[in-house]
Amino acid sequence: MTAPRSSDAIVVGAGIVGAACAAALARDGWRVTIVEKTFAASGTTAAGMGHLVVMDDSPEQLALTAYSERLWRELEPELDPRSELDHCGTLWIAEDERQLAALSAKHSAYTAAGINCEIVDDRALAEAEPQLRAGLLGALRVVDDSVVYPPGVALRLIELARGNGARVLEGREVIGLAPNGVQLRDGRLGAEVIINAAGAFAAGLTPGLPIVPRKGHLAITDRLPGFCRHQLVELGYLTSAHVMTSESVAFNVQPRRTGQVLVGSSRELVGWDASINRRILARMLSRATAFLPSLSRAPVVRCWTGFRPATPDSLPLIGRWEPMPGLWIAAGHEGLGITTSLATASLLADRIAGRPTAISCEPFSPMRAMAAEHV
Amino acid sequence: MSDGRIELFVDDVPLWVERDATVAAALLDAGVTAFRTSVAGEPRAPLCGMGICYECRVTIDGVAQQRSCMTRVAPGMRVHTTQHRLAAVPDSVAPETDRADVVIVGGGPAGIAAATRAAESGERALLIDEGLGPGGQIWRPRANGNVLHAAARWIERLNRSGAITRATTSVIDLQQSSSGILIRAESMGRAIVIEAGAVVLATGARERFLPFPGWTLPNVFGIGGAQALLESGASFRGKRIVIAGSGPLLLPVAASLAASGADVKLVAEQTSRANVIRFASGLWRTPARLAQAIAYRSAFRRTRYRTGTWVAAASGDDRLRAVTLTDGPHRWSIDCDVLCTAFGLVPNTELAILLGCELQDGVVVVDERQATSIPGVFCAGEPTGIGGVDLAVLEGELAGLAAAGRSTDAGLVRRRRGLERQAEALDRAFALRPELAALATDDTIVCRCEDVRSGAVRREWTPRQAKLYTRIGMGPCQGRICGAALECTVGWPRDTKRPPIQPVRLSTLATGNHAVSSNS
Repeated sequence: MTAPRSSDAIVVGAGIVGAACAAALARDGWRVTIVEKTFAASGTTAAGMGHLVVMDDSPEQLALTAYSERLWRELEPELDPRSELDHCGTLWIAEDERQLAALSAKHSAYTAAGINCEIVDDRALAEAEPQLRAGLLGALRVVDDSVVYPPGVALRLIELARGNGARVLEGREVIGLAPNGVQLRDGRLGAEVIINAAGAFAAGLTPGLPIVPRKGHLAITDRLPGFCRHQLVELGYLTSAHVMTSESVAFNVQPRRTGQVLVGSSRELVGWDASINRRILARMLSRATAFLPSLSRAPVVRCWTGFRPATPDSLPLIGRWEPMPGLWIAAGHEGLGITTSLATASLLADRIAGRPTAISCEPFSPMRAMAAEHV
Repeated sequence: MSDGRIELFVDDVPLWVERDATVAAALLDAGVTAFRTSVAGEPRAPLCGMGICYECRVTIDGVAQQRSCMTRVAPGMRVHTTQHRLAAVPDSVAPETDRADVVIVGGGPAGIAAATRAAESGERALLIDEGLGPGGQIWRPRANGNVLHAAARWIERLNRSGAITRATTSVIDLQQSSSGILIRAESMGRAIVIEAGAVVLATGARERFLPFPGWTLPNVFGIGGAQALLESGASFRGKRIVIAGSGPLLLPVAASLAASGADVKLVAEQTSRANVIRFASGLWRTPARLAQAIAYRSAFRRTRYRTGTWVAAASGDDRLRAVTLTDGPHRWSIDCDVLCTAFGLVPNTELAILLGCELQDGVVVVDERQATSIPGVFCAGEPTGIGGVDLAVLEGELAGLAAAGRSTDAGLVRRRRGLERQAEALDRAFALRPELAALATDDTIVCRCEDVRSGAVRREWTPRQAKLYTRIGMGPCQGRICGAALECTVGWPRDTKRPPIQPVRLSTLATGNHAVSSNS
């Protein structure tokens, strides 16, 4: 499809992925309508940590996150203070010799992908982050990784979309998708292009999408400026994120622009139960104090949960949904939706416009699960 | 130097203070006005005086962001203001566990009565309170050792009853379990997990603050807040004080401030003269209260008591210098050192909401036995509706008996009905005038934790939306101050609650579960 000027596109969902898609399509000249059942940035975007990170759970994930970080650097001049962008970088921390060896492999993979990173030895690590416990062996510092406030960024992206003529319908629930249109609880909207960016709810609108809610807990401290300077992640994090076990925790801590320390992370498959699981929360926080002993004395001001839209292979669903003409999917980003929102939007806009894409879209095809089932 | 004084260090400078004072009182007496620096860079000092507002946070002995109003001074204590140092020392204390038939949360009049009655019924009753000793806000144990008469009688009875008291203990989480209620708390940095057969929520009330220009200045206190600070050892001697707010608390606080040597310039009650007279003339039905009111009034008889008058703005530099008052048509300013201001009380319903108890019109729904909608959970005192100390004691007695499995005392139930009618009369008399909802300008800070200004919050937003977009209510007071204000000014509903219901050491959340075998 070539980019038809002034044709209608509907984005279902005003989370960060929907916001990014709306901004990209509006820039291409589409008349974009964002339909959001509650209010912008109210779902997973509101609950997440807000990291912009390169990850290499798979080569495809590395390509997508690396591409996305490039797009974030391009977007930076457009961001406002509300976005709370902080170029804090990430330290992937090695606890033992085996992990130390894995750091080297990670370093090679990142460097090959053009990512600015360096190995930090034990002494330099202790100097960079004095609150870390003694005896850690080293870390990989990923220089350009950053932290943002996701609702702030999503609102900014929506503002950019609006600047190109997009409109936003909040408090309007899409109850069904049809070829060239969406059914609202109170009416119908027609459009040539429809993007299902409903995050963890996307499968409800497009049955067959392999997305399940993967619950996470977060805790945030009172303001402790300078407590840590980098986003700190244990090298075992990817294992926790990768394996679709019923529950796991991993050390992942962020310094926020406010001076607060945001503490994660946990993963559970328990459906839509949003209540705080005290046992998992305790495990998650214990994991954090195993790396940052003095964090145990920090006052925690709030804890909350959220649902990552998870897919079986930990890759998002980006592309055409063949069973329904005009329908495109931008969902299933699990815990990387903030990072990969921009790449998702860019790939989708390029595909819709018939332009070549910066990286291969094939691995992200929403049809891949169906294909796998029929092998 | 008397024996009653000890030495501590404030920003590395030695300071001699009264041994029983709180850190907040000691700092105020030392002339400190910047306890902390706000997000927008303003100096901040205590507002509520009772552990709600988190404005008095300082670093104490290497632990950052501690409430100075809830901490007693200790010899050699090191206090740092306006910075958030966290010493690189981990917590290593193991969590403590306990078990009781009846746990009473809150050690004010309702809690004391409930614990006493439950213990007298032969139950193992445990009274948990955040303060330095049982008493709560109204029966607060004073730094000078004096105790009110009614309080003394009940506290003595409590001590005889066999009830166990845990002071300086904050309950941060309640959860239904197979055998009753699981309580998570923290005391002096240590996690405590308690299993209870039944729980009585006697969490009292806090003051309602309404934002107006200048209300964030140091030396603007609550009305009960000033009383709390006075009783915690702060001195108001020689201070020029304006009291402007609403409700029956104005008179006793004016009286005790005046008695302590303060120069009370004006007491301004927002409700009309007609309302006050109507309310006062109803007092003949309870002669003791009438006598009390007359005694309070005579304690500061040289001070003007103006009805139909309210605060419009406060001004100053690093602290309060003057207050602007209005009666509608007129505005005038009074130079002063201290402003005490609050607009009635807000029930502390956080724990009830967390447990899922049914609420109606902002208060916990209870039956004749003070039982809530959740089995094994009772509620007494202000959270069931603001009713004052006498009603709180009665409800506490009923709740304590019911939680202990005793039958209801018909006499107590009858007396409760009478007191409830008085509470309704009080509500009508001191209903807030609509002008008070519009004191804040766009530039006025509404959320003091995050310095969110009134103009940043759009009326069409839901509370959650406003939180996410502006950070309003996301600070350590968890919206207790701004949420209660916005409930009143724009009709915001009460928020849902998640554990912890107040800031708590990370170690408490991390270790609290090792103590219990099964939970979710």
